[in-house]
Amino acid sequence: MASTQVNPTRMELTKLKKKLVTATKGHKLLKDKRDELMRQFMDLVRENMALRQKVEAGILSANKNFVIARAGMSEEILNTALMAPKQEVYLEGSKKNVMSVDVPVFEYKTRTADDNDIYSYGFAFTSGDLDDAVKSLADILPDMLRLAECEKACQLMAAEIEKTRRRVNALEHVIIPETRKNIKYITMKLDENERSTQIRLMKVKDMMLEEAHHYKERGY
Amino acid sequence: MYKIAVVGDYDSIYGFATLGLDTFPVTAPKEAGEKLNQLAGNGYGIIYITEVLAAEIRQEIEKYQDQVMPAIILIPGVNGNTGEGIENVKKSVEQAVGSDILFSNN
Repeated sequence: MASTQVNPTRMELTKLKKKLVTATKGHKLLKDKRDELMRQFMDLVRENMALRQKVEAGILSANKNFVIARAGMSEEILNTALMAPKQEVYLEGSKKNVMSVDVPVFEYKTRTADDNDIYSYGFAFTSGDLDDAVKSLADILPDMLRLAECEKACQLMAAEIEKTRRRVNALEHVIIPETRKNIKYITMKLDENERSTQIRLMKVKDMMLEEAHHYKERGY
Repeated sequence: MYKIAVVGDYDSIYGFATLGLDTFPVTAPKEAGEKLNQLAGNGYGIIYITEVLAAEIRQEIEKYQDQVMPAIILIPGVNGNTGEGIENVKKSVEQAVGSDILFSNN
């Protein structure tokens, strides 16, 4: 583009040609990256949506169960029952690289292997509804953890895809055409200079010959 | 080793304590924001937060959006589902694709 002043020199031309090669290569690579990211993102986001719906439904029904459980027993007994949890969940978090995006991978371990340790109370004073409520919540815990992993990965990938897409577009629609235009401008300018030098030389030659032989005076 | 936190109003989250998750009952948005920052810096890998509360402290949550840890995940509270969580999934599709082509019809 002539608006962004380029020097019409051979050096600049070589530089621009190199830049064009790099830009084209980069564009191709980024496009591939974007396509692959998009493919993986699509799979992941579908899973994300399914998990979310499942977890939300699960939590809602668990909440309902808790409300029922609360209705059947006094506040104090409920609070006492839930005061000291027996079970603990430890989370082992690591990172996985998906197309240059770091996504988290969670693995969880419970403190004790016994499934029944989620009931942190004696059964004497609590209603059976509370057991059901706690159980229903425990059942969706694995899905909740998977959801966390999945949703975070989706968010991170979405941001990366957006970035990559912008880069691809910038290369495709701005940098590559602009470089091409500049290369063309320089080649034209150099050609033009060459022609003008040639014409000047011819003219000078004419003048010198005229000086030596005086064609005009002899009537040629 | 990471821990898991659940933040929200007491009624929505007290059940999670039995599973061994750490529950932090808060209701005031300001307090929740502070809690969130405190938890994020304290080795919590996943923070579940109720949708109602999350809507109040969206700015704080967005700070952690591009970090790998912690993952801040919205869950429905005892008062029902605001649809915010689903909305966020749709938003990420929109961000990636340009328009919501997957879930726009449901």
